[in-house]
Amino acid sequence: MTVVTEAARQSPKRQMFDRALRHRGLLFSSSILLAIVLIAIFAPLIAPYDPYKQSLVARLKPPVWLGGSWAHPFGTDALGRDLLSRLVFGARVSLLIGVVSASVSAVIGTVLGISAGFFGGGVDRFVQYLINVRLAMPVILVALASVSLLGGSMMVVIMVLGLLLWDRFAVVLRAATMQVRSMEYIAAAEMLGARRRRIVWKDVLPNVMNHLIVILTLEMAHAIILEAALSFLGLGVQPPTPSWGLMLSEGKEMLLFDSWLIMIPGVALFVLVFAINMFGDGIRDVTAPEGRN
Amino acid sequence: MFRYLLGRLGMALLVALTVSIISFALIYMSGDPAVALAGDNATPAVIAEIRAHYGYDRPLPVQYVDWLFHALRGDFGVSPYFKLQVSTLIAERLKITMTLGMLGISFAILVGVPMGVLAAMRPNSLIDRIALFIAVVGQAIPSFWFGLILIVAFAVKLGWLPASGADDWKGFVLPTIVLGYYATPAIMRLTRTGMLEVLSADYIRTARAKGVKPRAILFKHALRNAIITVVSLAAVQVGFMLGGSVVTESVFALHGAGYLAWQSISRNDLPTVQALILVFSLFYIFFTFLSDVLNAWLDPRLRG
Amino acid sequence: MRDPVLSISDLTVDLPKGGDRPHAVERLSLEIGAGEIVCIVGESGSGKSITSFATMALLPKALKVSSGSILFEGRDILKMSEREHARLRGHRMAMIFQEPMTALNPCYTVGDQIEEVFRSHTDFPASERKTRTLALLEEVRMPDPPRIYASYPHQLSGGQRQRVVIAMALALDPPLLIADEPTTALDVTTQAQILAMFRELRQTRGAGIMLVTHDFDVVAEVADKVVVMRKGRVVEQGTAEEVLNHPQHPYTRQLIDAVPRRRGEKTERPSKRASVLSVEKLEKTYLVPTRFGRPARQVAALKPASFELRQGETLGIVGESGSGKSTLVRAMLRLIEPTGGKVVIDGRDVTQASRAELRAIRRHIQIVFQDPYGSLNPRRTIGDQLIEGPVNFGVSSAEAMRKARELVRIVRLEEDVLHRYPNQFSGGQRQRLCIARALMVEPRILVADEAVSALDVSVQKEVLKLLAEIRDRMGLSMLFITHDLRVAAEVSDHVIVMSQGEIVERGPIDRVFADPQHSYTRQLLAAMPGQGWEVPDISTLAPAAINGGTP
Repeated sequence: MTVVTEAARQSPKRQMFDRALRHRGLLFSSSILLAIVLIAIFAPLIAPYDPYKQSLVARLKPPVWLGGSWAHPFGTDALGRDLLSRLVFGARVSLLIGVVSASVSAVIGTVLGISAGFFGGGVDRFVQYLINVRLAMPVILVALASVSLLGGSMMVVIMVLGLLLWDRFAVVLRAATMQVRSMEYIAAAEMLGARRRRIVWKDVLPNVMNHLIVILTLEMAHAIILEAALSFLGLGVQPPTPSWGLMLSEGKEMLLFDSWLIMIPGVALFVLVFAINMFGDGIRDVTAPEGRN
Repeated sequence: MFRYLLGRLGMALLVALTVSIISFALIYMSGDPAVALAGDNATPAVIAEIRAHYGYDRPLPVQYVDWLFHALRGDFGVSPYFKLQVSTLIAERLKITMTLGMLGISFAILVGVPMGVLAAMRPNSLIDRIALFIAVVGQAIPSFWFGLILIVAFAVKLGWLPASGADDWKGFVLPTIVLGYYATPAIMRLTRTGMLEVLSADYIRTARAKGVKPRAILFKHALRNAIITVVSLAAVQVGFMLGGSVVTESVFALHGAGYLAWQSISRNDLPTVQALILVFSLFYIFFTFLSDVLNAWLDPRLRG
Repeated sequence: MRDPVLSISDLTVDLPKGGDRPHAVERLSLEIGAGEIVCIVGESGSGKSITSFATMALLPKALKVSSGSILFEGRDILKMSEREHARLRGHRMAMIFQEPMTALNPCYTVGDQIEEVFRSHTDFPASERKTRTLALLEEVRMPDPPRIYASYPHQLSGGQRQRVVIAMALALDPPLLIADEPTTALDVTTQAQILAMFRELRQTRGAGIMLVTHDFDVVAEVADKVVVMRKGRVVEQGTAEEVLNHPQHPYTRQLIDAVPRRRGEKTERPSKRASVLSVEKLEKTYLVPTRFGRPARQVAALKPASFELRQGETLGIVGESGSGKSTLVRAMLRLIEPTGGKVVIDGRDVTQASRAELRAIRRHIQIVFQDPYGSLNPRRTIGDQLIEGPVNFGVSSAEAMRKARELVRIVRLEEDVLHRYPNQFSGGQRQRLCIARALMVEPRILVADEAVSALDVSVQKEVLKLLAEIRDRMGLSMLFITHDLRVAAEVSDHVIVMSQGEIVERGPIDRVFADPQHSYTRQLLAAMPGQGWEVPDISTLAPAAINGGTP
């Protein structure tokens, strides 16, 4: 049964834009993300202290809401470093790692996924084999082992995560490409003399782009959590870098008495990841409302 | 069905073989495994001795085949750190990890599936929105942080449950929640999507047109079809549980295979690391194949 | 005069805000008596299906009934609870849907699903349920009922699945049967059998039947009474004789006028022109893997086929699903690789051409596909897609755009469509844009692959007229692939008939219709619905007696 409503008068881009402006989750999460990005960019201007500066005198000062002074609004850690400053600079670490790793994975996964979906046959079988191998290997273990053997540094963590997190891109883009591939406008393009590269670029890519963007945001969040986990376990970014995961690991010792040391970086992580996930969901709702899950 | 499963088995074996190669080769990432094993202050003589002892001086293919053959018989060598047979070490620890894994997936299914079904039955209602919100929140909480908070709340402040160790069943409660909660949103969402798709399918409309009662429609028609996707996802999640156990066990100091992994990696206990990566991967491959079998059994279209 | 089985009065169903009109159905009234088939006919969006769903109380949540009544067995359906609806459905009123492929639950056997009707409404013991189910399967003419009983839906064809659905509907002998486009997704021969079944049901079970369709020939085949709907309103109602032979309302007349003629119209076409396309023994076989250990089976999707297309001629290729016609077209254009044979276009063999040569040859033969919604890239502007062809062959964008503007006018659309996106156009408009796109590279041969099958009948008429015009104006040769003999009759000069992968008959359209040689062709011709109806020539009718009523 078809309930025929008049063919939409607006272009698809315009419709998407309108939907975006009305989507509360999207608006809410993008403002949070924008705030965090700005904080990260302007960290040196916002942070009251040098995040690496230790102070024997100012150790383990509680934050303002637990009786501390405004000199250190979020308190200090076991080495006397100001928590607010470390938090602000830590945003840089998380965002940098999230964006770069996810981008590297995106490139790998997209190339594999689109090739598999578009060319089918042997290429598809090979890519599926690669995906299966990647999925079989436990990410955390492999990441831990790699970082341990290659030495912990931001660069290593980014590369390791980037080389491990491409599977969702490949799976989703393969499925999306296969669906587009079966559309008649692809056959039409072929008949009109378009070469395969042009077909992928002009006909396939624009139609799978929305999936790509959604997965990109989700994997960014994934990378951020993984980096935090690696640092927490001591095999990620190395001290004294102000990674939120490292801060949690350092704070774990004082868990029972100075719990703000784990609450503050934990909440920061949560807020960032939550905003990214909500943003990704919002993009999905706006670009493909039928795909909402 | 036979043909379908044979194909999947073939793929599984191929993947297992590849994984074994990768697990073996991982230790060469740092260049010379002997150096890594020897530690920071080793003299060249010590390093050479280690190299000879572990056979790292032989050509790579020879090393691999040798390692593989031993592995197939369950022999992964001796752990330089624990001074025990690696296989004994792992076998012991696996009991805890498997228990934790089973409990975790059960938690995720028992919480996620009903929520997903309810959310799908009333899309865009309050229940649906709450379920989705919980899912987004759940996926944003880092598991190690969640574990620490639970420890502070339940072990320290309330004293109901132990902060670490697994002496009795109480020691498994918090780790199960921490391990399980991360898979719950994924399972909930997939159940919800699966159910939504099924509920809007034509055969549901046919059933309504026949006058079938709503409860029968839900259980006999909708769930029966939706279960197919959920089962494959659940089986796969079990595989992921093993990876998640690394963090959970470390936070709660449970002596399972995950904690062992962290210990061996931190101490460059290469033989154990190799073995663990292989074992974890094999478990994942096994569970995925199991889900293929379940799929073939549940879906008449695959039975051919 | 007995009481009617169903009596709908003043039914109004609201559409959610943002639709093109406030009501899906507006003030509809009709009656169905026992042993009577009432056909509701209209184009897409007319509200005919919604009427049938409202009667069964199966409307989607977004659509609400705002007024009116539906009286059935003395009670108003609209005032009943969901539980009471469930008691009626399947028992006193049953429905048959349009799409048989997805109507059955893939996880349960056919027998189980038919017995479900008994389980839901009666307490017959298992043995009785089984006996009755087997009897039903026989009644709907299924071969080997016990085997079908134990089969799963995916093991049955579309026609067979639809019979199962009908069996489920007949199980408890309901006085009211509702069928929503029950034969639209089926082959014409299967359609003929099922329509015959409906006619029989009138007698054997005395049920009142509501049959929704868009096809006037189907109406002519089975209807006792006809209700014509347009944009939610009833524009004309009456007995079949009245409406079909003396339609009063301008819209009804428009629809009847658009029914494809069943006989070819004679137009003088000189024969013995040059051959523009020559297909020799083209074939395509697939290897289907069987059980492990045995060699793979060879399935011939297309047996060696040969034919020729001459300059200026329109060749119809007619066949039902599975006949091989789509395989033929795709293999001919090398959209799939043929396993044998030759295809010569412009002196060059397509099957042996290299990639580069293929590109060059392809510009001479363009194709318009069936699905107007899948043929245009939703994310590119119309203009961008139209110039794709020429740009690929070296023409500058500016020049290609100029040509695009010209062609857009030829297909009777405004120039500003070039800046818009496909989602802003209707199905008929999109097909016209696809035709324009095909013409951009100046092909000599145009292939229409079921190009009008997905369109409403009045739109179909427009597009066919356009194609004929273009063909004559530009001297094109056309290959017209369709499953609908009537459409082939309207446009073709020659026709080839395909069945099960091979060509079974060929010849000038008039000869094939008047004197079919092959039994399959005869079967096809006999199965065409509405043959007892002499479609009136609208132009000879007296002016409409209806007041107002803008079509």
